[in-house]
Amino acid sequence: MIDLGPHASFIIIAYLGVAIVTLALIISNIAQYKKQKNRVKSFEDKG
Amino acid sequence: MTQKIDPLKKMNWFDRIAHPGQFLKWSRYLILPLAILSVILFGVGLWFAFFNSPEDYQMGDTVRIMYIHVPNAWLSQLVYVTMAVSAIGTLVWRHPLADVAMKAAAPLGAAFTTMALFTGALWGRPTWGTYWEWDGRMTATLILLLMYLGIIALWRSFDDQLRAAKLIAIIVLVGTINIPIIKFSVDWWNTLHQPSIVSSEGLSMPASIYTPLLIMMLAFTTLFALLQTNAMRTEILRRKADRQLRKSLNKENG
Repeated sequence: MIDLGPHASFIIIAYLGVAIVTLALIISNIAQYKKQKNRVKSFEDKG
Repeated sequence: MTQKIDPLKKMNWFDRIAHPGQFLKWSRYLILPLAILSVILFGVGLWFAFFNSPEDYQMGDTVRIMYIHVPNAWLSQLVYVTMAVSAIGTLVWRHPLADVAMKAAAPLGAAFTTMALFTGALWGRPTWGTYWEWDGRMTATLILLLMYLGIIALWRSFDDQLRAAKLIAIIVLVGTINIPIIKFSVDWWNTLHQPSIVSSEGLSMPASIYTPLLIMMLAFTTLFALLQTNAMRTEILRRKADRQLRKSLNKENG
């Protein structure tokens, strides 16, 4: 890892925060899609 | 003898690709390419950001926060413009996909705006000596976040999504006034924010810093396209499931 200088903590926290929010966004996006797809499928299975 | 009529045959090409059922069919082919492109762009962008870009002569290494701050700030506004275009589609053309796009974009806009404010605060402390300043751009961006949250709350408070769409479309269009305020506030008022990096005199930063910034902006924009497409597909499926639920409840109640 490169030396990030005296303000390394600010840089690391900024990147970590963005990584966490972005991952949460992606996971929630996929989970909601799967949930709705399963809802539609269960209705279609019932006829 | 009855003849089966295909409603899609009567539609023009635009209506056909924008029909919710058709959108579900063709948009599935976008998901994987957009996901692969996002991963590649983030990989290259992060490599440039940490291993192939110099520190700034004034800001030092904190300039690396810019590679995530500026893309999120850009998206906070781009998502709102997407919502405003969708709002016009809802009000003027009553397009079935327009309000789906408007609803799908709001949580993404809120997330990108939160990240822009968060990274901006962390960049501001070592650079300006403060996490927050009530200047034009930061205040207008905070207002943008509150607008996103209000719009999300409004969508959730309505059972009838088509009625909600019309009201929210008007609110979104009124709120569009905030976007030029965010963009031009650095020119209109005294502020700690630096002016735009692109002007009539060209770029105000070296290519070694502009390259990772551009790649990260492309990466985040591709990610937005991916998440927006999937969120629109989710919303179409949600409405389809809700319709089926209402039908089955009506059947049960005779």
